[in-house]
Amino acid sequence: MSLNTLDESRDPLAIAEEWMEAGRDVAIATVIETWGSAPRPAGSHLVIDADGNFHGSVSGGCVEGAVVTEAMDVIGDGKARMLEFGVADETAWRVGLSCGGRIKVYVEKLG
Amino acid sequence: MDLHSLKALNKERRNRRAAILMTELESGTDRIVREGDAIPGELGEAVKKAFRTGISTGVTVDGTAYFLMVALPKPRLVVVGAVHISQSLAPMAKVAGFDMEIIDPRTAFATAERFPDVPLHADWPEPVLAERPLDPYCALAAVTHDPKIDDFALKAALDAGCFYVGALGSRKTHAGRVKRLLEAGATDEQIARIHAPIGLDIGAISPQEIAVAILAEIVQVFRSRGVAGVEKGKAA
Repeated sequence: MSLNTLDESRDPLAIAEEWMEAGRDVAIATVIETWGSAPRPAGSHLVIDADGNFHGSVSGGCVEGAVVTEAMDVIGDGKARMLEFGVADETAWRVGLSCGGRIKVYVEKLG
Repeated sequence: MDLHSLKALNKERRNRRAAILMTELESGTDRIVREGDAIPGELGEAVKKAFRTGISTGVTVDGTAYFLMVALPKPRLVVVGAVHISQSLAPMAKVAGFDMEIIDPRTAFATAERFPDVPLHADWPEPVLAERPLDPYCALAAVTHDPKIDDFALKAALDAGCFYVGALGSRKTHAGRVKRLLEAGATDEQIARIHAPIGLDIGAISPQEIAVAILAEIVQVFRSRGVAGVEKGKAA
């Protein structure tokens, strides 16, 4: 029985390292701030590659699609972006959080 | 995120050491902060708090916005003694978020029937701890009442800097234990870190209640790491 350290096959930051080592371009999205009943706490990660493969979660499924799309742009131009999601958004019906919370997500390229 | 920072962060996490990835959000530059690294002022206070609570957070100091992504090892609870108290402690520790395991060389006690859902080592603490070393993110509770079993584990926990070390037994029992541990080379500071009698004083009588008292004390100590004066005080 080994010590329980990192779950290498499921941990987003371990996966990011592995993807990078395999020569893939990778972006990391991190929940920076939450208000109200946001589903995932600050520090939660989603890792994304240039083909749109992703692992982890920043909202339990509500806005991952939008984050993946932005992340592919971040991989393309290398510029970090700060995204905000919430029910007060104009885009609420498309990528809002059904729980009524708001989150801020920082998306950056790895490397 | 810098690849070197990510690798360094993952290395700390794999080795069960606490680390913070500190990102300056405007420039995107980041660095790894380890527990005990000297960071002055307001930022240092925020770093200290993040290490204590394990909560990642943004902080703005002198107009510069940072994000502190904190990674704490999952706390382990190692219980020496497959006794009645441990049977109650196992499910409660799991609920509270601790990875609990039990060590007891007495095979009549350490049986899968008595402990169906918790890793069980029916062996002496010495070989088990050699293979599964203790670290500062471990709590150790020695509850066998038997010095032959408890003492080695207690000394190992003190030497490893476990955040919590507790030992079952009356004050009289503890006085004898202190004498033995001093003879084994423990320092006075180490002795002072042992919680004995074990558990918060909630008037616990039954083994189940003692388990509650032990777990409450472990949570209290874990959440007041590095906060002077709180550890010995009353629960919040």
